[in-house]
Amino acid sequence: MPEKIVGNFSVKHLSILDETGRVDTTLEPKLSTSQLKKMFENMLLMREFDQRSLNMQRQGRMGTYAPALGQEAVNIGTAAALEPTDWAVPSFREHGVMLSRGIKPSTFFLFFMGSEEGNRYPRKLHTLPFAVPCASQILHAVGIGMAAKIKKDKVAIAVYFGDGATSEGDFHEGMNFAGVYQTPTVFICQNNEWAISTPRKDQTKSATLAQKALAYGFEGMQVDGNDILGVYQSCKTALEKARSGQGPQLLEYLTYRLGIHTTADDPTRYRDEKECEAWKKRDPIDRFEKYLVAKKVIQPGERQELVKQISEYLKKESEKAEAICQNLTPDEMFTYMYENFPEILKPQREEALAQNNNSPVIKGVSHG
Amino acid sequence: MAETTPNKVTIVQAINLALKKGMQSDPEVVLLGQDVGKSGGVFRASEGLQERFGSERVMDTPLAESAIVGCAIGMAIYGLKPIAEMQFSGFAYQAFHQIEEHVSRYHNRSRGEYPMPMVIRMPYGGGIRAFEHHSESRESYYVHTPGLKVIIPSTPSDAYGLLLAAIRDPDPVIFMEPKKIYRSIKEAISEDLKIEIGKAKIARPGIDLTLIAYGAMMPVVLEAAEKVEKEYSIEVIDLRTLSPLDHETLMSSVQKTGRAIVVHEAPRTLGLGAEISALLMEKAFLHLKAPVKRITGYDTQMPYFQLENYYLPSVSRVVQGIEETMNY
Repeated sequence: MPEKIVGNFSVKHLSILDETGRVDTTLEPKLSTSQLKKMFENMLLMREFDQRSLNMQRQGRMGTYAPALGQEAVNIGTAAALEPTDWAVPSFREHGVMLSRGIKPSTFFLFFMGSEEGNRYPRKLHTLPFAVPCASQILHAVGIGMAAKIKKDKVAIAVYFGDGATSEGDFHEGMNFAGVYQTPTVFICQNNEWAISTPRKDQTKSATLAQKALAYGFEGMQVDGNDILGVYQSCKTALEKARSGQGPQLLEYLTYRLGIHTTADDPTRYRDEKECEAWKKRDPIDRFEKYLVAKKVIQPGERQELVKQISEYLKKESEKAEAICQNLTPDEMFTYMYENFPEILKPQREEALAQNNNSPVIKGVSHG
Repeated sequence: MAETTPNKVTIVQAINLALKKGMQSDPEVVLLGQDVGKSGGVFRASEGLQERFGSERVMDTPLAESAIVGCAIGMAIYGLKPIAEMQFSGFAYQAFHQIEEHVSRYHNRSRGEYPMPMVIRMPYGGGIRAFEHHSESRESYYVHTPGLKVIIPSTPSDAYGLLLAAIRDPDPVIFMEPKKIYRSIKEAISEDLKIEIGKAKIARPGIDLTLIAYGAMMPVVLEAAEKVEKEYSIEVIDLRTLSPLDHETLMSSVQKTGRAIVVHEAPRTLGLGAEISALLMEKAFLHLKAPVKRITGYDTQMPYFQLENYYLPSVSRVVQGIEETMNY
């Protein structure tokens, strides 16, 4: 019996808007002026949120923070493609997704200031709170898809994770379940080249992360993750397919973590700054700005004005969050533990509350 | 009049009946796990359910414990009430991070926006000459995880009533099933039986000493109590719910008897015996006539089955413990 080829697979790469601002007009998505402007504003909002959070962390006003500097196109482009009825299931570098989905910056600040109150998202936003353990949220997204299928709802679920998460078992289990049950899941991999200090090349020997989808029986595609038009278009197409019952898809967005992993990290120990410099030239916001100026959606210099407005807005929002922190009581540790509060926890709650009455609660946050 | 089962049923049959009843009375209840559908589960706990409710509600899954629990979380978020089966508790560790990091925490961390109404069923425990990794008793892991409720029944009635209560509970419940006695006890059960989670049961009243156990240790302690009944009046408590513990029943019994022995097959260190012993020290110190004793599995690996009967608390070990405590 001769050997024969039993499978031939290929992986596409998509790019619509290049680093110089040139656009492939045959692939250019049809977005209205107001949509384009909103996307640009959300990119700026995300970057300013990062900047303000980093500053506040350095001032001791915030806990550990994981910035997403340089990853604005994936965040905002995918979120713009989502319908309100769809679901967004984030990891922990999806600030732009959350803000685009209608989570208030004050709520979001609160999370990084160290309170679960910062995870209180109204259910109607169909957006789950951050998932800190890598890849575990992928299964939740697949489960939401299984449930939506059972209920015959035409919704899609976008789930976010990084390149490091693709080494986790939950990623593979989730991809496999999605393939088996043909769930309406769009797997969004923000390949930012670094998992803390581990570079992408040491995470897996696969040539692309997109190709991992092929092993589970569905399509994987690689996209320039700093090109917001390519991001939007690829995600929109995948979401539409998912909603119409054509099953899951994996989108690998090539981007770069320009900043630190978290505020507890020092990348100079393991990363060549020259690499960063090269990626700064591919900045997703600068690129989109050139495109928008050329299209006359914004005026040259309008960005600075927008940043100023956003910055003022975020200052107020962060102050709101700080005010909420001042009024937290130990009761909140207990209140939400169970839907039906067990009798035996009551003495412990009283113990904690007595402590609150006897001594001032330490209102600071740790520096991580 | 509530209908009772025409014939007496075993624990595993009672579980099947509770699953059926739970699915009948609530269309949001779904079942998922390995081999739970067509095959009806390796112990036949879900026999006939896929035929009755269809493969959308009774899902045979690929072999992946973390995914079974992880996807159940997503289903609960979307509004379903999933019952996830772990084929054996010894394989649930692959799902443990989903249980600890998400199932137990989602309600609290989302400030109640996303409750986790789900049941995770798993057969546990030794004594059936099983293959390696199939005999452990690791309930303490779950009891030690705030946000979960943990139930272990020891009779068909309790299995039925408590599983239904677990399915209807808005919080996540780990439902551990004593597979050694899956088929050894038979009872007629009432279809309308309701049992409250969090309530222990006096399985045998007495005044001299309180024997506390649960699951597959219940027949052992009941036999021991019977063996010494001419000498001592032993009160036997079946915990039934391990978390939250029924402090009240424990206290009122030990305040009366002044003596307590906790029996479990799980390892001694930080088992339920340690918790109950500490609790009695805190709350019933002046009532105690003897130290609280623990008769348990050892702090060793659960041995492969040639030695398992040395490991599992036996009637004679319990009788000896009663003698020591009574004569302290």
